[in-house]
Amino acid sequence: MGNRTPLYDNHLKMGAKIVDFGGWDMPLHYGSQIEEHHKVRKDCGMFDVSHMNVVDVKGAKVRDFFRLLLANNVDKLKTKGKALYSCMLTAKGGVIDDLIVYYMDDQWFRVVMNAATRDKDMAWVNSAAKEFGGLTVTPRNDLAMIAVQGPNAKEKVYQALGEALRAPAGALKPFHAATVGELFIATTGYTGEDGFEIILPAKAAPFTWQMLHEAGVPPIGLGARDTLRLEAGMNLYGSDMDETTTPLESGLAWTVALEPSDRKFIGREVLDRQKAQGVPRQLVGLVLEGKGVLRNHQKVICNGAGEGEITSGSFSPTLNQAIALARVPAAVKIGDRATVDLRGKPATVRVVKYPFVRHGKSCL
Amino acid sequence: MSTVPKDLKYTKSHEWVKLNGDGSVTVGITHHAQDLMGDMVFVDLPQAGTKITSGKECGVVESVKAASDVYAPVSGEIVEANAALADSPETVNKDCYGAGWMFRLKPANKTELDGLLDAKAYEALVASEKH
Repeated sequence: MGNRTPLYDNHLKMGAKIVDFGGWDMPLHYGSQIEEHHKVRKDCGMFDVSHMNVVDVKGAKVRDFFRLLLANNVDKLKTKGKALYSCMLTAKGGVIDDLIVYYMDDQWFRVVMNAATRDKDMAWVNSAAKEFGGLTVTPRNDLAMIAVQGPNAKEKVYQALGEALRAPAGALKPFHAATVGELFIATTGYTGEDGFEIILPAKAAPFTWQMLHEAGVPPIGLGARDTLRLEAGMNLYGSDMDETTTPLESGLAWTVALEPSDRKFIGREVLDRQKAQGVPRQLVGLVLEGKGVLRNHQKVICNGAGEGEITSGSFSPTLNQAIALARVPAAVKIGDRATVDLRGKPATVRVVKYPFVRHGKSCL
Repeated sequence: MSTVPKDLKYTKSHEWVKLNGDGSVTVGITHHAQDLMGDMVFVDLPQAGTKITSGKECGVVESVKAASDVYAPVSGEIVEANAALADSPETVNKDCYGAGWMFRLKPANKTELDGLLDAKAYEALVASEKH
């Protein structure tokens, strides 16, 4: 038996197929992952993401701490409630994890990290925090997290959890958060759709889930979560990047703040050098022109430019064809054709810019 | 509804076989197999006239999650493949013993059919795989 979220019994009652995900017993789907995918694109759905690691870091030097810990610059966070996506790097520039950090006030930042990397993340954060006197690092195992995503998600949340939320939550710009009573509501997500991620006391989670369900929000499993994020061109830690790759090779240059050049952060030297010498590999999108499904680790033969590998391959329910993220040599250009070995048969793929889908519409 | 119909024969690789009474058999994959794989998105089947060999792969089903070979339950020649599955592979999930059939086959040697599992033996196989 793995770890279970406070919503485990709700999942069983709703007929979830439970699978192990990074040591957690999580719902893969509640019947059909493709139908769940379409519900989020066309209406809305809710995800139990309570397995994710919510950590509060508090103290006078909390901003200094994140300035050193993260490849992105927390000095971009000027207004309270603003969120920032960043990688946390090893000294060699490899990605330990990707995360979202919320600036709550000058003494309190909240971080949400991945579930499967919890132990190494906490070891790293705690060890880095020792250099900063008076910081407290508190994993919030007393909290749960529900993501409600889709074009109708926000309206359904107000219906289910109360009109009182409409003013404070509705006023949030993208990538912001606010606390409303016991709820922490953020306009973040992992689907490419509108919606909220709601962090709440674990005890309140089963009831809240039920209220959302009664308001017509269907549960969505991790299967659809993966195809939704892939269509939205969002990286998955452990597949698209890990400690052997830098953010610059992982399509995450936009999350690395090399300016100002005097900000020291862990991993900076390697990124500076890579930037100066040219980044050897890049992450691109692939679209399969024929039938079949692209899969992780399939080899990509880039005519004349060498070889690459699919880091996330799947079937796009919105586009009704196979799509992938792949790490390929820097010389590969958008619009190129490449060849993927599909179970022993060569198949032609087109190199594209991602995201593949945003707000329900194809970007291709 | 039983997920292992009594009137069918089964393979260890999770195909079902229906004896049609006209010398041909119909083949598909079982409820257990489609449930393990999840939503089907692509089905590649042998064409009519193809000779297939017992226990060898003769087709591919792909779900969002995984790809899996379809194995020939007995040797023989394909009479007809279910063309409808090319455009609606989800039929395999919705009706694996009915509209989700994969192909009809004329067995080369009918005694090979005796080597297939009956419903009871297949149920026992599925139960043993769940542990």
